[in-house]
Amino acid sequence: MKEKLHQLKLKYQGKKMAPAFNALHTFLYTPNETTHSGAHVRGADDLKRTMNTVILALVPCLLFGMFNAGYQHYSAINGFPESFSLFDHFLTWDNFLVGITTVLPLVIVSYGIGLGIEFLFAVIKGHEVEEGYLVTGMLVPLIVPVDTPLWMLAIAVAFGVVIGKEVFGGTGMNILNPALTIRAFLFFAYPTWMSGDKVWVHGAVERAGTADAISGETVLGSLAQGSDYSYSLADMFYGFIPGSVGETSTLLIILGGLFLVFSKIASWRIMVSAVVGALAMGLIFNGIVDAGWLPEYSKFYTLMSFPYWQHLLVGGLAFGIVFMATDPVTGSQTNKGKWYYGFFIGFLSVMIRVFNPGYPEGVFLAILLMNVFAPTIDHYVVRGNIKKRLKRFKTATIYPNASDEVDSLKTETA
Amino acid sequence: MALLSKKDANLIKDPLADNNPITIQVLGICSALAITAELKASVVMAISVLFVLGVGNVVISLIRNIIPAKIRIIVQLVVVAALVIIVDQVLKAFAYELSKTLSVFVGLIITNCIIMGRFEAFALGNGPWKAFLDGIGNALGYGIILVIVGFFRELLGSGTLFGMKVLGDPVAKTGLYSIGYENNGFMIIPPAALIVVGIIIWVQRSKNRALIEEA
Repeated sequence: MKEKLHQLKLKYQGKKMAPAFNALHTFLYTPNETTHSGAHVRGADDLKRTMNTVILALVPCLLFGMFNAGYQHYSAINGFPESFSLFDHFLTWDNFLVGITTVLPLVIVSYGIGLGIEFLFAVIKGHEVEEGYLVTGMLVPLIVPVDTPLWMLAIAVAFGVVIGKEVFGGTGMNILNPALTIRAFLFFAYPTWMSGDKVWVHGAVERAGTADAISGETVLGSLAQGSDYSYSLADMFYGFIPGSVGETSTLLIILGGLFLVFSKIASWRIMVSAVVGALAMGLIFNGIVDAGWLPEYSKFYTLMSFPYWQHLLVGGLAFGIVFMATDPVTGSQTNKGKWYYGFFIGFLSVMIRVFNPGYPEGVFLAILLMNVFAPTIDHYVVRGNIKKRLKRFKTATIYPNASDEVDSLKTETA
Repeated sequence: MALLSKKDANLIKDPLADNNPITIQVLGICSALAITAELKASVVMAISVLFVLGVGNVVISLIRNIIPAKIRIIVQLVVVAALVIIVDQVLKAFAYELSKTLSVFVGLIITNCIIMGRFEAFALGNGPWKAFLDGIGNALGYGIILVIVGFFRELLGSGTLFGMKVLGDPVAKTGLYSIGYENNGFMIIPPAALIVVGIIIWVQRSKNRALIEEA
């Protein structure tokens, strides 16, 4: 079977649909073009392996998201259980059934449309299909509300893949993170479906205005309106709160993040500095409130007085830091640059959260903004490094026998 | 086009496609982004520029030999400003609502790079008839892009064309809206115009590969 496919591939090499065939072929089997002998370093982690590792880290979030979709749905109807037990109230078939029927279509649409466009572009441009969409396709259903209409998602995915990625030259050439481009498009095109207190719980939109109406305000949403929320710290950490499909469970996100750090896929520098940035901004806001500079009737009061470290538990901040900010293509490349890049993502996320009147979450905007600045940061880091080394060279001890050469070099570089 | 010689006809035809002021020369982008949320505003803007550029080119061409080279920009500004004020007053008198929509952008026709560009590049060196054709051609090339962008932005963003509800009523849920369609709020904001213009440039260059600049 494998041999026959290899022969089939050779036979149709250079034909129009060849890239589409090759993509499926290499997805299922190891291609026969890899080096088998000689003095090459043969790494096992090609692009596809990298992508699969990230997807593996995302699977717990996805499964949790499915159960949570059901849990939030039934809890909004029947009220939250008095004495919560994980197996009686959360990991139930009823919850999973709701999750399967709401989340799985999002995944299918995301992959179907996105990969379809990737195949189309590969055939038109005559290159091999790139694996870049494998991760994006998994991220997209995790960062949208459960009840996002499928046709909206389809349009947004088409927009994100074509305008966010393909026009720049495909995987590896994009300036903005495609998954976040898709989310930003959804947010600006259909704001009523991406914010407010209805979209986060399955069924809330249909029931609006009827006697069965239910509401599912997120923690940040409640804070932005200055009202209280009814979730405990443990709920926020484990993720039993309304929110986008996969972003709620901070615990599972941390586990996924550790997995990515130890498999050396994602940069720990970005994660750490982003957390530091978020804490720093949170501390500044808390400080302003504690110093009494902000009157209690201010509309920013509740959000500003929200304990600084709890910002990391609610909304999409943790998910964004671990899975979005660490995208190797759109983030900073230099180690020093990664510190600045990550810090400003955390810093700006919390700032947008507090000051944006229309929308209580700012992580995706902060990451997209820093995506744009990442090349500039790298540029100055590289320039700074060159300057430092030139300076070191000028003050270096020069040994007599090489002095002529060094002098001529000095005049050249000065 | 028996009326025009082949050379003259090209003065009109070139700016429509292969030498379009917006998509090839990338001039006059500001107004293309700002006022194309509605088709009606786009059409009025296109007509205004057609008038200003057509008449302005002729005037500049007529006085081209007596303009002192050192102050020619100022003279050009005076001519274009005079014409823009005429357009502005006419709009205020006969289409007040629309002139409020266009607001400052009618006045900003003065600074539209296409107009100064044609004065400098063409009217100063050619006779009135040719300058007239060149002005009309470039204004049409500008207008056609404005109308295309305005068409898509109004249709997708508001579901209307010239204010008529072509896709049904979003409030009463008729037509397309009855099956769950919703207007795309993204198309209303100016960045969407930038993307639509970008797509037009993309389509045009992939059809005529000679237009692609060398990287």
